Amino acid sequence: MAAVQGGLVDADEDKDIKTEASNDSWGNNNANDGRLLSPSPGSSASAGSNKSAAGASEEQQTLLAVLQFLRKNKLTESVEILRREAGLPEDSLEPKGAESSGAGSGGASGGVDLEGGDASSLLSRVTASSTAGAQAPTKGPIQSAAWLTDKLSHHSASCPTAKLTHSAGEDQPDVNVVLSAYSQQGDPALYEVYYSGLKRFIESVLDCHRAELSQVFYPLFVHMYLELVYNNHESEAKAFFEKFSGDQECYYEDDLRVLSSLTKKEHMRGNETLLDFRTSKFVLRISRDSYQLLKRHLQERQNNQIWNIIQEHLYIDIFDGMPRSKSQIDAMSGSLAGEAKREANKAKVYYGLLKEPEIELPLDDEDEEAENEEGKPKKKKPKKDSLGSKSKKQDPNAPSQNRIPLPELKDSDKLDKIMYMKEATKRIRLGPDNLPSICFYSFLNAYQGLTAVDFTDDSSLIAGGFADSTVRVWSVTPKKLRKVKSAADLNLIDKESDDVLERIMDEKTASESKILCGHSGPVYGISFSPDRNYLLSSSEDGTVRLWSLQTFTCLVGYKGHNYPVWDTQFSPHGYYFVSGGHDRVARLWATDHYQPLRMFSGHLADVTCTRFHPNSNYVATGSSDRTIRLWDVLNGNCVRIFTGHKGPIHALAFSPNGKFLASGATDGRVLLWDIGHGLMVGELKGHTDTIYSLRFSRDGEILASGSMDNTVRLWDATKAFDDLETDDFTAATGHIHLQDNSQELLLGTYMTKSTPVIHLHFTRRNLLLAAGAYNP
Amino acid sequence: MAEERRQKQCSVILPTESMKAMAESVGVGQLQEESCVAISEEVSYRIKEIAQDALKFMHHGKRRKLTTSDIDNALKLKNVEPLYGFQSQEFIPFRFASGGGRELHFYEEREVDLSDIINTPLPRVPLDVSLKAHWLSIEGVQPAIPENPPPAPKEQQKAESTEPLKVAKPGQEEEAAIQGKSQGATAADGKGKEKGLIRLKPRSTHELSVEQQLYYKEITEACVGSCEAKRAEALQSIATDPGLYQMLPRFSTFISEGVRVNVVQNNLALLIYLMRMVKALMDNPTLYLEKYLHELIPAVVTCIVSKQLCLRPDVDNHWALRDFAARLMAQSCKTFSTTTNNIQSRITKTFTKSWLDDKTQWTTRYGCIAGLAELGPDVIKTLILPRLTVEGARIKAVMEGPVVSNIDKIGADHVQSLLLKHCASVIAKIRPQPDNVEQYRTDYGYLGPMLCSHVMKARTQAALQAQQVNRTTLTITQPRPTLSVSQSGLSGSTGPRTPSIIKVPSSLTLMSPRPGTPSQPSPPATKYIVMATSAGTATTQQVITLSSSQSASPVTSTVPSATSTLQPLVKLESGSGPGLTGSRPLQKYIVVSLPSSASSSLEILPCLVQLKTQGLFGLNVKG
Repeated sequence: MAAVQGGLVDADEDKDIKTEASNDSWGNNNANDGRLLSPSPGSSASAGSNKSAAGASEEQQTLLAVLQFLRKNKLTESVEILRREAGLPEDSLEPKGAESSGAGSGGASGGVDLEGGDASSLLSRVTASSTAGAQAPTKGPIQSAAWLTDKLSHHSASCPTAKLTHSAGEDQPDVNVVLSAYSQQGDPALYEVYYSGLKRFIESVLDCHRAELSQVFYPLFVHMYLELVYNNHESEAKAFFEKFSGDQECYYEDDLRVLSSLTKKEHMRGNETLLDFRTSKFVLRISRDSYQLLKRHLQERQNNQIWNIIQEHLYIDIFDGMPRSKSQIDAMSGSLAGEAKREANKAKVYYGLLKEPEIELPLDDEDEEAENEEGKPKKKKPKKDSLGSKSKKQDPNAPSQNRIPLPELKDSDKLDKIMYMKEATKRIRLGPDNLPSICFYSFLNAYQGLTAVDFTDDSSLIAGGFADSTVRVWSVTPKKLRKVKSAADLNLIDKESDDVLERIMDEKTASESKILCGHSGPVYGISFSPDRNYLLSSSEDGTVRLWSLQTFTCLVGYKGHNYPVWDTQFSPHGYYFVSGGHDRVARLWATDHYQPLRMFSGHLADVTCTRFHPNSNYVATGSSDRTIRLWDVLNGNCVRIFTGHKGPIHALAFSPNGKFLASGATDGRVLLWDIGHGLMVGELKGHTDTIYSLRFSRDGEILASGSMDNTVRLWDATKAFDDLETDDFTAATGHIHLQDNSQELLLGTYMTKSTPVIHLHFTRRNLLLAAGAYNP
Repeated sequence: MAEERRQKQCSVILPTESMKAMAESVGVGQLQEESCVAISEEVSYRIKEIAQDALKFMHHGKRRKLTTSDIDNALKLKNVEPLYGFQSQEFIPFRFASGGGRELHFYEEREVDLSDIINTPLPRVPLDVSLKAHWLSIEGVQPAIPENPPPAPKEQQKAESTEPLKVAKPGQEEEAAIQGKSQGATAADGKGKEKGLIRLKPRSTHELSVEQQLYYKEITEACVGSCEAKRAEALQSIATDPGLYQMLPRFSTFISEGVRVNVVQNNLALLIYLMRMVKALMDNPTLYLEKYLHELIPAVVTCIVSKQLCLRPDVDNHWALRDFAARLMAQSCKTFSTTTNNIQSRITKTFTKSWLDDKTQWTTRYGCIAGLAELGPDVIKTLILPRLTVEGARIKAVMEGPVVSNIDKIGADHVQSLLLKHCASVIAKIRPQPDNVEQYRTDYGYLGPMLCSHVMKARTQAALQAQQVNRTTLTITQPRPTLSVSQSGLSGSTGPRTPSIIKVPSSLTLMSPRPGTPSQPSPPATKYIVMATSAGTATTQQVITLSSSQSASPVTSTVPSATSTLQPLVKLESGSGPGLTGSRPLQKYIVVSLPSSASSSLEILPCLVQLKTQGLFGLNVKG
């Protein structure tokens, strides 16, 4: 049996190490450290498989100690089982018996008795015996010998049953069924001791390490609390929570609130947030020095409890170099699952813009075009706008034109492009000395019911989504909204006439606004198609609906999200759209498919907002797990994870050149991200409430943000991005030094009259439109 | 503090009694204690869970207020049947009841007669959603239009005044708080660059644009012009327009100069107009008048105590102006008096000094007494009552002595009725019954007998009011309502620490018909919401009652005595109607009283005074 069991364990162990190693360079290290950590139980498994003499005797001594303990507690039955299983002679429990058995580990000595039986039967036996052994201690008062039970548990953890379940997958609750039966049974009181011990240690280390090591507190705290709760130590869990919850960083308060309400094992079932916390590893980024310190401490103290949690539930991303400062850490932390792994942001992102299709311009526009060409060099940043893009070469960072199949341009689209260019020539160049005018559209009598707003790109239409399930479309130009005539009437018109497009419209239906009814719940997301023919709306009822703006009827209801859909947006090239909702998945759709083309899953909580990259090749999603992810539309991979927000993200905006991303959250901060490098590059503080809207000006010089605090703020985006020091070191380590220059970058604050700003839009001439519902 | 809160979070669960009560309501009796505990823990957890989900819906609904529909949606998320019947947008109509040591919040389900529903006229159809555009900013500058908030943040005005307001003006606390939050807003005003390391107090410039100059001209002309309709409109504009900050120094100078000139010329009409302007300025919730009090107060005081305000003192009713100005003075004392500027004590001193002077004319004397009396019953009690005898003797000398001049006689007559009016209600409070004429004569001299009859009238009046309070809804049809706080029975003086509440029968609405003068622009609709909270059981009651000025003896505002622990916070909310376009701005008064132990200062007064003056001067109250 020795061979069989040992082999099994060994193989598993090796596999584990291998997978870890492939994950990060530190995996190997870790495994080795584990071995060094004897006589820690975690290591006992590997020690056993090591078959070193020392390890074997160690193992046996442990076993003997356990047996002695059991006997002392009159648990003769389990002693018997354990002894028989381990193959120890009767007398081995005598003091001198420690040396009597020449065999190595329990498994090994078992092998002496049973020569190479078949593995499966053995397995079942071991399972049975170990469970029996596990249940036995529950009968006795064991508090005093916590460490012993610890050994016991880890002894059995090294046996195949545990191993199998463990490798069976990340289904933590199941693992817990096994683990909880052993490990944390007897020692709830010691959790506090462990935690405060670690706290004392971290408080006593050098300042430079303290900030880094403090990161460990929060995940440890949560896991220890959950373990206590899971093992039905309700009062201890409460005491633990009360004692240490105050130490946690303030930005975790929301999660702590969730935690605090959870005091029963039964509650853990069905609580997705916690399940996520258990299943996904909390990622920490720690410098090698700090990590060594922590490791050494835990070894010295033989603080297995903590060490286990660190190994099981934490992913420690070790880097070489200077430990990070408190502010650096704070800038990046705050998400539900810790920071992003460095590897997660290494993939190449083609953030450049697609080449604009060549369009023949009417002759009289050439002059203006030329003028603009001259004006172009003044701008610092290369713009890949439609303007003058003809002459530009392909951007090296741009994806190939057909990386994603995009719809062909129709004639009407070309006309629109020409209009766009004409408008663009009249565009105001914005800057700190030339701020945009803001036109505010107030929704009156909305009675708190306005939930979403969108403008068409040419600013001719406004759509509002309401809590009463309706969608309303307004025309803000003198041109009224008209329906297409009914089929019978359409038959009557002269199809050959020049103004056939005009004739198909039913003049009788002309009105300034239209109501679209169809949803059965509040409408949370709304988006116009670039060609203004369609409108998307996503709702609490779990559907996304596509509406025709010609007939003002619903064309398709896309069902896929079974839960509320928080946001949806059309691709800038039309045809595709993305939606994200409470089911934590973002879906990519094409308007002519009733099923999604891609599912972007990875967020640990609701997907709260979705945005397309200007080149349509990427999708950014913000989530309640306080991370932003960038997804590749081509293959559905997650190519960027941005952490740093301290609250659910409610607004995202790509800069017009596609290089940067701005995000706004309930914490009232706007964060700026460099997509290419995968770095945070700026923080704009000033808002006092949730930011619901972000928008870059057409040339990317100004970033406008609109918030629940009834203000529109304008920020100097040029300066924010120009001041970047993206030297190689920063890019390589991902350590950012953010200057606190929000005040310098803030160009203006405009209070509205008790009207939260929920949408912003720059017209083609750089006039800023804002919208919100007046709440008297 | 956060920690405390968290600890609370951890431990808050529903009481087991609730479980029992609910079990009983569905017919399960005899629930075991353990089961109750288990159930309540489970229920508490589920409730918290649902609340958290509901918050999500609130955030996505882009609201600050959690509504019942959020809860419904959260329930749907959990695959639970939503609660039906809780559709209220504004508040959840839970009612509270206690008795036998048990407290209960319940949802009142009234039996409704179908025929009632059928017969009641349909409510107005709510206005449809509409879209309105305005300029929030023009090339970086925010235009001062009604759609935008007042251009000069009050915080900025506040910072310029030396003493931060202890007593915020009614209706300003909230906005000030919001302003305070958006600290960055002020810093970013203009270019957002002026924040240097050196803090220089900026010189405040008040440049008026051409439009503003025109506006100023129009307004001032209308205010002192001959057309009453225009004047009402202009005053309305002054009282509500949010963008007047820049013009405030001009207005202030206009008023003070105007008073100076017109006192000399004895132009009573103009003085009245100017006082109404002061009133309108004080009514404007967006203005901080602190900086201009040095100009406004002397003007107001002049109108109270000036020897002569009109050309024919024997005919013209300058007494009304004095009364009105006195009320204005009292209002500004309540609103602006702080420990630093000591307005109230300085004013009191001024009045007392000239009153005590023997040579003071009857007109001035009247003004002084009116000014003091308006300051409240405490002032009346300590300053006026002790001097009743002396004053009575003086009046007697004029009334019964040889006729010196007709003017003196009229003056004495007015002073006498003024004293009677103000003192009677106070005496009614502090003097135990029965009212003995002889006793009064010995106590108050010449005025004693008359006082006695007035006091008796006041008592019957109070009793009447107490009865009126029992009705749940008071509908007052007189166009000139006065709001007064009176203490019923012997309450208030029972003990120094008796908690008191403003008890309002479940809902209190003020109704008055549309004003009879159709020429006036539509008056602001005013709504009073009086809420009261109180700790413990209330033994004394202070009742807000509404009495019309037609009643036998008009009861002036009587505020809770100094010993009361009541410190009401008065909040005045005003804003445009449901829409920015609302032609009839809606003014809302919310009077919240909170029991507190600290001071006896009563902020309730300004509001009350305001109401009264508003009633007197043509603005009607509409529910």
